[in-house]
Amino acid sequence: MSRVLVGVKRVIDYAVKIRVKPDKTGVVTDGVKHSMNPFDEIAVEEAVRMKEKKLASEVIAVSCGPAQAQETLRTALAMGADRAIHVEVAGAEYETMQPLHVAKILAKLSQDEKADIVIVGKQAIDDDSNQTAQMIAALLDWPQGTFASKVEKSDAGLTITREIDGGLEVIKTKLPAVISADLRLNEPRYATLPNIMKAKKKPMKKVSAKDLGVDLSPRIKVVSVVDPPVRQAGSVVPDVDTLVAKLKEGGHV
Amino acid sequence: MIKPLSLFIFNLSKSNIAAQFKFASSALPQFSSEKYGVKRKSFGVIQPTDIDYFKTILSEERVVTDESDVLPFNIDWIKNCRGQSKVVLKPKTTEEVSKILSYCNSKRLAVCPQGGNTGLVGGSVPVFDEIVLNFNLMNNIISLDEISGALVCESGCVLENLDNYVRDHNLIMPLDLGAKGSCHIGGNISTNAGGLRLLRYGNLHGSVLGLEAVKADGTILDCLRTLKKDNTGYHLKHLFIGSEGTLGVVTKVAIHCPALPKAVSLGFFGVKNFENILELYKRAKSSLGEILSAFEMADNESISSTVKNLKLSNPISDYPFYVLVETHGSDEVHDSEKLSRFLSEGMDSGLILDGTVTSEPAKMKNIWNIRESIAGAGLLEGYTFKYDVSIPLRNYYELVELLRKRLRDHTAKVYGYGHVGDGNIHINVIVPEYTKQLYSILEPYIFEEVAKFRGSISAEHGVGFRKPQFIHYSKDESALQLMRDMKKSMDPNGILNPYKVLPDVPNI
Repeated sequence: MSRVLVGVKRVIDYAVKIRVKPDKTGVVTDGVKHSMNPFDEIAVEEAVRMKEKKLASEVIAVSCGPAQAQETLRTALAMGADRAIHVEVAGAEYETMQPLHVAKILAKLSQDEKADIVIVGKQAIDDDSNQTAQMIAALLDWPQGTFASKVEKSDAGLTITREIDGGLEVIKTKLPAVISADLRLNEPRYATLPNIMKAKKKPMKKVSAKDLGVDLSPRIKVVSVVDPPVRQAGSVVPDVDTLVAKLKEGGHV
Repeated sequence: MIKPLSLFIFNLSKSNIAAQFKFASSALPQFSSEKYGVKRKSFGVIQPTDIDYFKTILSEERVVTDESDVLPFNIDWIKNCRGQSKVVLKPKTTEEVSKILSYCNSKRLAVCPQGGNTGLVGGSVPVFDEIVLNFNLMNNIISLDEISGALVCESGCVLENLDNYVRDHNLIMPLDLGAKGSCHIGGNISTNAGGLRLLRYGNLHGSVLGLEAVKADGTILDCLRTLKKDNTGYHLKHLFIGSEGTLGVVTKVAIHCPALPKAVSLGFFGVKNFENILELYKRAKSSLGEILSAFEMADNESISSTVKNLKLSNPISDYPFYVLVETHGSDEVHDSEKLSRFLSEGMDSGLILDGTVTSEPAKMKNIWNIRESIAGAGLLEGYTFKYDVSIPLRNYYELVELLRKRLRDHTAKVYGYGHVGDGNIHINVIVPEYTKQLYSILEPYIFEEVAKFRGSISAEHGVGFRKPQFIHYSKDESALQLMRDMKKSMDPNGILNPYKVLPDVPNI
C-alpha cells in the first residue's frame, strides 16, 4: 500500500470578493476569510478515498505558510488525513514564496517521509500558476499525471485519466508518481462533526524551509497588481441596420 | 415572434397567446379570475387616450403595451396566478408615481403595484386588467450613514444589491430571504417580509426608520426620516408596512442596517425527530445566546427533493430531519468556542446525529443554498400549493403529518420546513397538476386546523390574492372592520391593488 503526501494551500475563500491593495502590490488579505484551495480539497479527498479503498496506508497533509496554515491542515485532518506537517513560512518570505520553493519543499518532504504518491491541486485559485506538481515531478524525476480526472490502481502503478483540450487522455505510470487534481476528479466531502473533533488530536509537526535545506529567495518579482479594466456599457440599438452600421464602425465586420 | 396585437382589441382570445407560449415555457397558468371564480369590479377601462397620457408623463418605452412584453408581469413566481393586464408602467421618480396615481384615481383605473414579483400569495400580479405599476427603474441608493447604519434608497432596489452595497461599508441588511436576488425592498416592506434572520435582527416594523409613500389620490406622504426615535404624532410608516400596497405605494425607504458580523459560522445537522429539534433550539438559545442568528429546520422530503431536483449535494447523509444553525458575532475565537461546546454537547446527548460546521464563505453559501432553494425545487416537480403558518412550537410539525394523512390517497408530496425559531413553518404540497378537487381537499381544511391552534394562516407571506377569504381564521371581525374603515379613508375608490388582502364586503 502507498503512502500519500498531499499538498494544501491556504487561499482567500472562493466566495469572497477580492480587493486590490491601493498601492497595487497585491490583494488585500488582512481580515479576509481564507480557506483551503478548492483543488487541494479535491486532492485531499482523493487521498482519503485511496485510504478507504485500502490503496493507501497513510495520508500526510502538508502546507507551507504562516501560523494560520494550521487551520487549513486541521481541515485536511478533519477530512481524513492521518497527520500534518506545517512548514512555517511567514512575513516577507511568505509574500515572495513561489511554486518552485513549494515544489522543492514538497519534494524533500516526499523523500523524507518515503511517500509513493504526491497529490496536489492542479493550481491555486489565487495565483493560477499550475506549476507545483510539474516541478515536484521534475525535481524528483518521478512521472506526473496532471489535470487528473480519474486515478485507478493498475498492476504496475497508476492509470490516470487527464483532462486535456482535445478531450481525455489516459496514461499509465509506475510508482512513485505525482498527480495534480482537476475539478472532476471527485466531490470533496464536508468534514463531519466527529471527524472535526478527532482532527484536533491528530499529530501536527512544524518544520522550517531551512530545516529542509530549501532557499526561499525569490526569483520572480511581482511588479504590479491591478483590477481588470471596467467593462464598457453596452447600448441598445433600435434595429438590425443600426447594429450592422455600428459593427462596421467599430471595425468588427 | 408574434405580431403585436393592436391596443384597441381588449377581448383577446386567450387561446391565441396561450398557444404561442405553450412551447416557450412550461404551461401557462389559468387566468386567476377563472381559476378562482372572481368577478371584475366596476373600475374604469383603459382607453387609448389613457395610454397617450401615460406616455406624456413617462417616456414611450416606459409604457409597455406589447402583449408578449406584458405577459411575464401578469404571472406570479410560483405560477399559481395569472392576470390580464394590458399595460405596464415603469416610473423613475416619485413625482411620476404621483401623477400616475392621481390620474388613475380620477378615472377609477385600478392599479397593481409590483416589485420583484416574488410574492407567494398572488399579491404582486393583477387579477383582471389592473395597470401594473412596476418599480424596476426606481433603483437608486440615495444615502448611507455608516455611523448610524441608516440606508436611504428607492423602493425598487433589489435586496441583494443593497446587501452587497452595505457590506462594502461593514454593514448588512437586517433581513435576508431566498428571493433576495429579485425581490425589491419596497415589496419586502409592503409585505413585512420576515426571512432567515428575523430571529436575530427583528421585524421590519423595527428596522424601517422611515419611508416615503404615495396615496391613491397621488398625495406624496413624506415620512422619510432616518431617526431611531421620533414620537411626534401617529407612526404612519407602519400603515404601509405589511398592507401589501393596498393603502399606498412605497417609493422610498430608510432602513437601519446592523453591523457586519466579523465571525459567521454555519452548522448543518441531522436530527432524529421533531422533539429533538425543539430541545436543540432550547439549548441553542441558552448556549449560543446572543450570537445565534438563524435556526431553521427542514424535513427529509424537502431536502432530498431539493438535492435531487437541483443536482446539489447534501453535505451530510440522509436523516429524518435537518437543522441549520447560524451564528453572527464579533469575535471568531469566542464564537467557535461556544459553537464547539454546543456541538459536542449536542452529539453526546444524541440530539445531533451528525452534521458539519464551517466558517468558510463558499461552504456556508452552498449549505444555505440548499435551504433557500427548497421552494424553487418544488416548482420543478409539478404544481405547488404553498402554505406559511405560525403555530405554537410544540405543534409545529403536526400539520405536516395531518396533511400527509389527508392526502394519503393522492399523488402528493408534503414538505415541511422553515423558521423554527420564529414558530413559522412553510408547508408545500406538490402535486403533478392543479385540480379543483385537490384545492378543496386542502382549503379551508389547513386553515381550520391552524385556527384550532390559534395560529396565523399566513405568518410572513401575507394575504395577497390567495388568502383574503381565510383571514377570519386569524383575525376577528372587529379588526377586519377597522381595516376596512382605514382602506376607505385612504383609498375611497379602491384602486390600489384591488381583490387583495381585505375580504370582500358586499357594498364596496
